[in-house]
Amino acid sequence: MTVTSYRQALHDALRAELLRDESVLLLGEEIGVFEGSYKITAGLLTEFGPNRVRDTPICEEGFVGAAIGAAMLGMRPVVEIMTINFSLLAIDQIVNHAAKMHAMFGGQVSVPLVIRTPGGGGQQLAATHSQNLEVWYAHVPGMKVVAPATPSDAKALLTAAIRDDDPVLFLENLALYNTKGDVPDGEQVGQIGTAAIVKAGSDLTVISYSRCTVIAMEVANQLQHDGVSVEVVDLRSLRPLDRETICASVRKTSRAVVLEDDWLTYGVGAEIAATIQEGAFDYLDAPVRRVAAAEIPLPYAKPLELAALPAAADLSKVIGEILDATRFNR
Amino acid sequence: MTDVLMPRLSDTMTEGILLQWLKHEGDAVQRGDVLAEIETDKATMELEAYDDGVLTRIIAAEGSSVPIGQPIAVIGDDEAGEHGGQASDTPITLTPSVSGAAPTATAEARAAQAPSTATPHGQATAQASAQPGPLRTSPLARALAREHGLDIAGIVGTGPGGRVVRADVDAAIAARSLTTPGPMTVAASPAPPYDARTQEDRQIPLTSIRRITAQRLTDSAAAPHFYLTAVVDAEPLLALRTQLNDQLPEPASKISVTDLLVRACAVALQAHPQVNSSWAGDHLIQHARINIGVAVALDAGLIVPVVRDADRKRISAIAVEAHALAQRARAGTLTPDEFTGGTFTISNLGMFGVDHFTAIINPPEAAILAVGAARQEPVVRDGRLAAGTTMKVTLSIDHRVLDGATAAAFLQDLVGMLERPLRILV
Repeated sequence: MTVTSYRQALHDALRAELLRDESVLLLGEEIGVFEGSYKITAGLLTEFGPNRVRDTPICEEGFVGAAIGAAMLGMRPVVEIMTINFSLLAIDQIVNHAAKMHAMFGGQVSVPLVIRTPGGGGQQLAATHSQNLEVWYAHVPGMKVVAPATPSDAKALLTAAIRDDDPVLFLENLALYNTKGDVPDGEQVGQIGTAAIVKAGSDLTVISYSRCTVIAMEVANQLQHDGVSVEVVDLRSLRPLDRETICASVRKTSRAVVLEDDWLTYGVGAEIAATIQEGAFDYLDAPVRRVAAAEIPLPYAKPLELAALPAAADLSKVIGEILDATRFNR
Repeated sequence: MTDVLMPRLSDTMTEGILLQWLKHEGDAVQRGDVLAEIETDKATMELEAYDDGVLTRIIAAEGSSVPIGQPIAVIGDDEAGEHGGQASDTPITLTPSVSGAAPTATAEARAAQAPSTATPHGQATAQASAQPGPLRTSPLARALAREHGLDIAGIVGTGPGGRVVRADVDAAIAARSLTTPGPMTVAASPAPPYDARTQEDRQIPLTSIRRITAQRLTDSAAAPHFYLTAVVDAEPLLALRTQLNDQLPEPASKISVTDLLVRACAVALQAHPQVNSSWAGDHLIQHARINIGVAVALDAGLIVPVVRDADRKRISAIAVEAHALAQRARAGTLTPDEFTGGTFTISNLGMFGVDHFTAIINPPEAAILAVGAARQEPVVRDGRLAAGTTMKVTLSIDHRVLDGATAAAFLQDLVGMLERPLRILV
């Protein structure tokens, strides 16, 4: 076990898979000579050469399309898209090709493609570079969408994504790259589609993913001191969605909040809330609540950006409201 | 603008059922106009307006049950007054993100909005508690109540808008387990208890009379009862009744056995004021007035209209009054002062052929007289067997108020009066 950053964990997983499997190759803008905008691919061009670590033109549709073709022919390409916002330029390739090939070709081909891309706001990158579009891809059958919150999961799930035979959108987050945590040494292959109970509790369930799981943990630890036992479910995977873990938790706590970085309407929280009322209806003592970003294009100005993004205080407030509504004695 | 509140229409009333609105939203109302009909625990009453104005808003829906003091409608000065009332009464619980972003609004205008936290519709804030409307329950509370065989409608909700939440059901379960130790052993048994309920069963909602009757009589079970039964030679009483009725100018007010009993009890109570008493927790109340209640059975439950000052009224006046009270009781139009303030109660089931029964005391009164049917029986008169007509009367007494000898002396006097009934008339 080593304390490692999220960034380093991703790097380690990429390098290990490049070493293990010759069909793995990396493509993306500035990932080679410049070593990646976030330095995830640092040193890999030098170690593996330009055939395995390939700088691409600034043309998302082109290099994602090329990666899909390579994947159909047996390679395991890992594409880095600089932010999820730029994936919109490749969305036809992703949604209409990568996600559809296996079904439309009657199972004759698979597309073992990984698209690594960071999402989210908070970096003063303004409205067009701060979005949480993972839910767009999580909506599409044929895709997998993975969103680790911890360095350990980042390593294990990236390894699993590379070895998975379906296209995987692998969501990272700028705010998470420098976070640190224990990461088991050696090969770790995660299981895509399983949520993790990152903190066990008995009074209320917070369901979250990616950056927001970190916020949920912060709030849960605060509330522990006030005598409130919050369980935190980290989804880790938006598609497939681990509905059973979510519902089992709510059946235990009877109160639920979803904390999400995306916009509220039609967001991840809506899907989770529907899942809970289908799977744990008779166990709910209060309506499922959602805490999400303000429904505006994210402002550039720092105070406005901070005000628009969901924060620990917003989650605490809603948890307090649910506890009051169910006469929880604190 | 004035809130119309659920009035307190009887001593025992805690809530009223809004039966029917006789005015509608937008109607002009004048002081004294009947706004609505309200069913209390005992009777159906008319609610009059205290102010002139316009009925701008109806808050309590027909059929809803509203605690006393809660607003049921708003009377405004004019139509314009309505808007303020509605706005203030509807808590804004939705953040802008849910109320929908207006497409024309600029980003700057809304940039400072806080992160979205959706509050579902129906999640009223705490100050809106006990609003009338549908029964609010959380799914968990419903499941728990079902599991424990509790009627969730009987549990008071303390969540938003009066929602019954788990804490409320837990409290109800705890309260029940204090009174009935049984369920613990049932729960330990793996075999499910036999459930007599079937699809064909009907659930009959409690009328407010039924509910209050149940509550009062359950209260009465706390009183330590004892019972004294006497056999009355009823021939003189029946003969007097026949004689009176034959000579009455107005057949409309025919005198019944019950009427004679009311008067007889009143006269006997005059002589035995200890029996005309009530239990008041830390003291006794010996009533100066003698008000005799007569139990009347209704489909909806039991009601006890009261003949006031029965010791000071002539038998014919008692007969007219008791007849009118019984009729109004059946019509559900008794006013509260007609069924409250009793100091002694008579329950006569003789007309159903009941030979003998014991009645449950109508708290806080000290005693109740249960009267059976007058029937022909073999009797011993002057040492010889003969055919006679007898009637059994049973006095139920609250032992906290009265002892056996005191009650027996009263009963002896009463029986003596019934057997020599001319005393009833003077």
